[in-house]
Amino acid sequence: MNIRAFTAFLAASIVVPFGAAQATDLEVTHWWTSGGEAAAVAELAKAFDATGNHWVDGAIAGSGGTARPIMISRITGGDPMGATQFNHGRQAEELVNEGLMRDFTDLAKQQKWADIVRPASLLKSCTFKGKVYCVPLNIHSWQWLWLSNDAFKKAGVEVPKNWDEYVAAAPALEKAGILPMAMGGQPWQANNAFSVLVITVGGKDLYQKVYGDKDAKAAAGPEMAKVFKAADDARRMSKGTNVQDWNQATNLVITGKAGGQIMGDWAQGEFQLAGKKAGVDYTCLPGLGVTDVLTTGGDAFYFPLLKDEAKSKAQEALASTLLDPKTQVAFNLKKGSLPVRGDVDLQAANDCMRKGLDILAKGNVMTSTDQLISQDTQKQLEDLMSQFFAGSSLTTDAAQKRFAGIIASAD
Amino acid sequence: MTDIPVTSPATKARRPNRLFRNLNSKVASIPMIVTSVVIFLGGTLWTVVYSFTSSKLLPRLNFVGIDQYERLWATPRWLVSIQNLATYGILSLIFSLVIGFVLAALMDQKIRFENTFRTIFLYPFALSFIVTGLVWQWILNPEFGVQSVVRSLGWTSFTFDPLYNEDIVIYGILIAALWQGTGLVMCLMLAGLRGIDEDIWKAARVDGIPMWRTYLFIIIPMMRPVFVTTLVIIASGIVRIYDLVVAQTSGGPGIASDVPAKYVYDYMFFAQNLGQGFAASTMMLLAVAIVIVPWAYLEFGGRKRG
Repeated sequence: MNIRAFTAFLAASIVVPFGAAQATDLEVTHWWTSGGEAAAVAELAKAFDATGNHWVDGAIAGSGGTARPIMISRITGGDPMGATQFNHGRQAEELVNEGLMRDFTDLAKQQKWADIVRPASLLKSCTFKGKVYCVPLNIHSWQWLWLSNDAFKKAGVEVPKNWDEYVAAAPALEKAGILPMAMGGQPWQANNAFSVLVITVGGKDLYQKVYGDKDAKAAAGPEMAKVFKAADDARRMSKGTNVQDWNQATNLVITGKAGGQIMGDWAQGEFQLAGKKAGVDYTCLPGLGVTDVLTTGGDAFYFPLLKDEAKSKAQEALASTLLDPKTQVAFNLKKGSLPVRGDVDLQAANDCMRKGLDILAKGNVMTSTDQLISQDTQKQLEDLMSQFFAGSSLTTDAAQKRFAGIIASAD
Repeated sequence: MTDIPVTSPATKARRPNRLFRNLNSKVASIPMIVTSVVIFLGGTLWTVVYSFTSSKLLPRLNFVGIDQYERLWATPRWLVSIQNLATYGILSLIFSLVIGFVLAALMDQKIRFENTFRTIFLYPFALSFIVTGLVWQWILNPEFGVQSVVRSLGWTSFTFDPLYNEDIVIYGILIAALWQGTGLVMCLMLAGLRGIDEDIWKAARVDGIPMWRTYLFIIIPMMRPVFVTTLVIIASGIVRIYDLVVAQTSGGPGIASDVPAKYVYDYMFFAQNLGQGFAASTMMLLAVAIVIVPWAYLEFGGRKRG
């Protein structure tokens, strides 16, 4: 965002409260702090301020892992914000069960959310006991391989079209002094990269069996062993990344210091911000070029139950703004994610987004791991995977055995 | 502890009830007593009770026996963190005492610019663990830290990346902790050394005892109270180590530099599993108790006898 636009935005946010007599401040907490993400949030704020209310930005730096505990303790501790981001799925499950969140069933019926939100599983994961408690905002999928065309040119090999070619190209990259694969050190990155390998290399059925049905036998089986073999390749290729944050790892790919990265579609925002062009400077392979499938994770907004009447009204305004077609387009283009409505026009979408939209339209979608397994299980898997990817101390057999153990006791 | 009134008729007859002696100061300390009983003791008991439940995001009283503890001790990450704490604890205890004492002894030789040196050594202690961790993360980073400096001097095969090597990462943290903490130990020791009467030195010199023997067999035994204080300060720092690890490695690579406090935090808040976090923190409490109780018994129980 350039300075002039930013000043204009700041000025607008000051002017609006004067213009509208009943402007209500609504604090919105989220963890969108990287360059591309902040630009996307500014779009939301602009749209919300236009309704005559005022968006008070409550960005919490340090990704969801850091932000969620803060949000949850604020809600349970009796200091709720106006609205807050969570991922689709079970992160807010207990808060809803405790009656701390606001029920939006009436608004959802009135605005026919059930008809416009696509895929339907997103609204379903907002629905607890027949009542709607959140507003889906965007679809994020994990199953993307981002490749630097420059890096492969330098190594003198073709840009790979699938995972196997990529693994085969790794030695050439290494010889050219390029890190074959970038992977940040934060545990969630290793864990999710692994789940991507499960759904692509292992296939949709295996993914459903392991994460959906928590089938420990499948998790210990020979098909899973194949996935662990692929993970072992990934571990070898990513050795020596030495960065923590995902956007630092993405930056290695952007600058051609690394060949590629398995990361969700939010990485695209970083490529865009760096002025790179899809297909020319970088290549994206949905489903790692192996299986055309995306999981429909992403973000939703939850609204804590507030006593303040004016704020509750503002919450409703925000909820309808989020699903507004215009907001959906403006936000998702900046964010690099896909809109939750099928009926919006994404003229400006680039190559990679189109590939994603295609897969969505074909219905090749699966539920994300966040929706299938609890945070507790997710954390145990993170511990295992970060240990596995950090060094060679864990063999694939030992890791698979522990993986099966966690799946067996998963909830 | 000693304020429990002894109500034997004989004492009552001789003087007023001990409970009402120094009434003003007792009234004044009531807020602190209430705080420590309600907050510290109450909070501790509450945590222990809830560690036997299957509480997830919110505390609930559905008891599951020792399930949480069984899971805890079967978790590789917990075992790694205990191991790390032991390694880190023993080494940092030894090194900070030895280095601190040697520095203090050197400083005690009536050197010039003693104030300057003392300030330099104590300065790191003014920094928080977070800042210390970040500084040492940069120094030990292979891309722009020690490794790259040495490589740019010509030794291109030089490798020094403790924070990115699972086997030695805990020593990388130890270095930072020692850098930060030894200054304080040195100051405490120096104060202890200054408290030793000059005449003892003179007497030792007259008797022809070499300096190192004087230190080892006369001065150190005389400094016992200082050593005990220092020990308590270092030990409490060891058990609660958390921020340094978070700033330097956030437990990585993988789980190689994990510590118990980080396990507790992660499971309470990230994993939304309070029961598991409480079980882990109860184990930490137990570990502290095992160390502190025998020591306190020896230290304070012994005095009555003497």
